[in-house]
Amino acid sequence: MIHEYLLQFLTLISIYIIAVISLNLAIGFTGLLNLGHMVFFGIGAYTSAILTLHGMPWYIAIFIAGLTASILGIIIAGITSKLKGDYLAMVTLGLVFIAIAVSRNWSSLTRGALGLPGVPDIVRNNFHYMIFTLMISAFCALIFYRLVNSETGKIFQAIRDDETAAAILGKNTYFYKILSVAISTFFAGIAGSLFVHHINFVDPTIFELEFFIMILAMLIAGGLGSIKGSIAGVFVLSILSESVRFISFSPALLGAFRDMVFAVALIAILLFKPRGVFGKVDV
Amino acid sequence: MLSLKNISKSFGGVRSVNKCTFKVEPNTISSLIGPNGAGKTTVFNIVSGLTKPDSGAIRLLDKDITHLPVYKIAQAGISRTFQLTKVFRNMSIRDNLLIAKNADEKEMKEMLENIYLHKPLDTIASELSYGQQRLLEIARALLMPHSLLMLDEPTAGVNPKIRRELKQILKKLKKEGKTVLLIEHDMEFIMGVSDFVIVLNEGRVLKIGKPKDIIKDKKVLEAYLGK
Repeated sequence: MIHEYLLQFLTLISIYIIAVISLNLAIGFTGLLNLGHMVFFGIGAYTSAILTLHGMPWYIAIFIAGLTASILGIIIAGITSKLKGDYLAMVTLGLVFIAIAVSRNWSSLTRGALGLPGVPDIVRNNFHYMIFTLMISAFCALIFYRLVNSETGKIFQAIRDDETAAAILGKNTYFYKILSVAISTFFAGIAGSLFVHHINFVDPTIFELEFFIMILAMLIAGGLGSIKGSIAGVFVLSILSESVRFISFSPALLGAFRDMVFAVALIAILLFKPRGVFGKVDV
Repeated sequence: MLSLKNISKSFGGVRSVNKCTFKVEPNTISSLIGPNGAGKTTVFNIVSGLTKPDSGAIRLLDKDITHLPVYKIAQAGISRTFQLTKVFRNMSIRDNLLIAKNADEKEMKEMLENIYLHKPLDTIASELSYGQQRLLEIARALLMPHSLLMLDEPTAGVNPKIRRELKQILKKLKKEGKTVLLIEHDMEFIMGVSDFVIVLNEGRVLKIGKPKDIIKDKKVLEAYLGK
């Protein structure tokens, strides 16, 4: 029997892979600097938690979680469609603070800062859940791999490189940007849903920036515009940061030291590989 | 083919294009010339939909395209290049061409051959020299289904070899009976390939005519050289 710690670790890695690949679609493949990606992850988590706590079957709840995140993503993408680069980043960053405020204050739905405990397991056995998330993660990676190599995926990449040139070649860039966000946020919602069924609890801290920074660092370390880069980024940074657990440090310092290792690893990767491990575009 | 009627455009207090009216006849090469700031690129941007005119109308093949979005104007049949090249830098030559048209390998290779870009299809666009990127941009514009090709200063910033190749490309297009609207500063180049020349000055059409008439016109010489 695989050690319980390893099961937890592999389950989280599988979930992070979905989160990072879906972020890569927006930033690395379409050039949309969405800093609010984890808002959609959190919305997926909350949606799935609320629905399953009210008795809905998990397989419907997961799908609705993705759909809810995607619908909100489409609305945000529609509103911000004329924004690019730093401006889009600032607006999407603002979403994080809105999400935190709403989840803290909409107590009748979210129980505010107390969060929602007792979110049901999808399967009782941790090994089975690890296999389940691994399969979903592999399935997502395959879908994204096929997508980015399809005609639609090439149009996403053309928009990333030069939106005006893509429009001049007859591509409806507005439609394709919204499509990219819709797909990206759908899978962020799915990842959030899998996450909440893994830890059985969700509270407003799920929206906080620390979590997003970790996912973004994994994306950058692996490289923008590469699916295998996203997978590698998750593995490399997760293994490095988890390895700190096995050093005998005072528990008070452990968290800070882990963050430091994370940061140093990211800087080291970018020094030697400025585009990340498998990156195809500049960071 | 293309007609502009009383097109005007101001940026703040500056009137960049002022009641500009001209036509581009089918199967001809027309050149838009004029001193710096005459409004040539603004006219290109208006025709391709990147800039919306304050007034006036644009028709392509008898269809009003004045208020269409950029991608619909492209779909209606206008293909263009830019003064500063706009290739998809992180994508291969193949992918750059595929965005323009779902062409097969043979068609893409033939296109590269025709425009003297002797590079493998898998070459990443950012690895090409500036002149080669310009050729790739022209290849992309040619490959996209179109009825009018607009080239904005194709010979700007390229080396003499590529400049000569561009001249050959234009001559080929002329032989094939393509309709081209061209912005260019190289007068020898323009006189060699153009059927008609449209002279812009301070946003207005100063003169339209055949190259041999334009080159002798006093107003045109004054606009270029001063009184």
